[in-house]
Amino acid sequence: MMEPGLNHILFISTALFFIGIFGFLTRRNLITMLMSIELVLNSVNINFVAFNKYLWPHKLDGLFFSIFVIAIAAAEAAVAIAIIINLYRSHQSIDVENAEDLKF
Amino acid sequence: MLNDFLLLMKSELVLAFILFLLLIIKVGKEVTNERLLSLIQILLLGNFIYGFFFIESGSLFGGMYITNGLIAFQKSIISLGIYLISLLFSDWLKKSEHLPEFFILLLSAVIGMFFLISSGNLLMFYLSLELATIPVAAMANFDLDKKISSEASMKMILSSALSSGVLLFGISLIYGATGTIGFDQIPTLLDGSSLQILAFVFLFTAFAFKLSIVPFHLWTADVYEGSPMAVTSFLSVISKGAIAFILLTTLYKVFAPMHALWYNMVMLLSVITMVVGNLFALRQQNIKRFLAFSSIAQVGFILLGLSSYSVEGTSSVVYFVLIYVFSNLAAFGVAGAISQSYGKELIEDYKGLYQTNPFISWVLALSLFSLAGIPPTAGFFGKLFLITAGASKGNYFFIMVAALNMIISLYYYLRIVRAVFMDKNDQPIAKINLDPSTKLGMIICTAGIILIGLLSWVYDYITTLSI
Repeated sequence: MMEPGLNHILFISTALFFIGIFGFLTRRNLITMLMSIELVLNSVNINFVAFNKYLWPHKLDGLFFSIFVIAIAAAEAAVAIAIIINLYRSHQSIDVENAEDLKF
Repeated sequence: MLNDFLLLMKSELVLAFILFLLLIIKVGKEVTNERLLSLIQILLLGNFIYGFFFIESGSLFGGMYITNGLIAFQKSIISLGIYLISLLFSDWLKKSEHLPEFFILLLSAVIGMFFLISSGNLLMFYLSLELATIPVAAMANFDLDKKISSEASMKMILSSALSSGVLLFGISLIYGATGTIGFDQIPTLLDGSSLQILAFVFLFTAFAFKLSIVPFHLWTADVYEGSPMAVTSFLSVISKGAIAFILLTTLYKVFAPMHALWYNMVMLLSVITMVVGNLFALRQQNIKRFLAFSSIAQVGFILLGLSSYSVEGTSSVVYFVLIYVFSNLAAFGVAGAISQSYGKELIEDYKGLYQTNPFISWVLALSLFSLAGIPPTAGFFGKLFLITAGASKGNYFFIMVAALNMIISLYYYLRIVRAVFMDKNDQPIAKINLDPSTKLGMIICTAGIILIGLLSWVYDYITTLSI
């Protein structure tokens, strides 16, 4: 069996990135939008680890970077969920269509 | 080693010290808001003054953290800005139930900005950018009982999270293309391959999100309108300034070999940003939304100076941000005082303000003159240097569009001045009792607006730093 090369992995990560962007732009539920952003961040992690393994195996920058990205993503999600809970309290909904007081 | 550490990172360490002091006060026994606020003001003033002493240049942690005279000066501008915010919005801050939390969040964002300006590595850059944005999103939600405040903070956190995702994708491509994330090694490895260009575009997109450059500016006005006035002013002045400083480093140092490529991009975006910001500012009725679009237009001018890729580019951008801190904070301070006393934020409410409140009318008028760039004020000199720097590349068509934009902007800035001074109103806003520290903040801002332009050594000093 053939071992997957860098191209295969980059294909997956790029697809994941754009799936995340697409989900962010089309979904109307705030939690789902947050999940889409997590997809984007995970595609970045795949990129870092793949580049590190295939292209620059002697430098560990990519691995370190992906660890930091995971940690920051958790922190960001915590703050975002706190904000969404507060939005739910004031709007009784987590649909972006209902939070539309600010326009133009 | 320890000596180096203490000296080079002094500004971050001082801020961290203030932060921990606030945490301890918060845990300890009850202190009244008045006393706590005056303590914070004194500490922030001390922090600003201390920024001018023991300036050294060097790097720490294997080049991850760098500092020099220019970076120390940029940090001083930010320190001055937070001191002015603590003065100008003292009425609102005193009535706030969560005063220590507000400053804890604000100071952690400022520490993030300090590290951001000093970062010498993409990892450091990313971490500090997140530290500078996540607390601000929480701060935008500070009017907990207002619906628009939570909506604003939701928009802020989602757009900044998406932009940091795009930024990270760009960083990962740079790592793939060059194999390094250090700011000093990347320029030697850039050869203009298509992967590197794609990575640069992703990276610049993230900057455009944070600086609200035009195709990515849609969150700006909503977030500005919904947040409390103190947070809006922080977002529009300090956060913009810090991102502009790091954009300067990124374009001039890290992507220096690609400057022919990014020149076109920055120039085009600068013109689009100015035009769109100005045209939208024309039709705004709310003062916060108006200042949001005016700040978008100002970012267009900053980009014009940035595009020059020269020493003048650096010095004019730093100089403009210094002026921008004074003039925009003065405008926000006046708007904040009125909105705090009477809850009025529409421009038509400002009619006849001069009859009852001459002092703040003059402060507002001076700050708007400075934002518009009318000669005796500092804003004129700031824009003059930016446009001179931009014109050094010889692309005169774009320079002409920029100059025309200054004329359009005069119309909407003077519209407010007309409403304040000339329009008759039977029921103008009643006399506002300004807090002494708010008054002090407005006086400092006014002095800055008038003096910075006339004292030529300020610009010379910045130029000597930026060589």
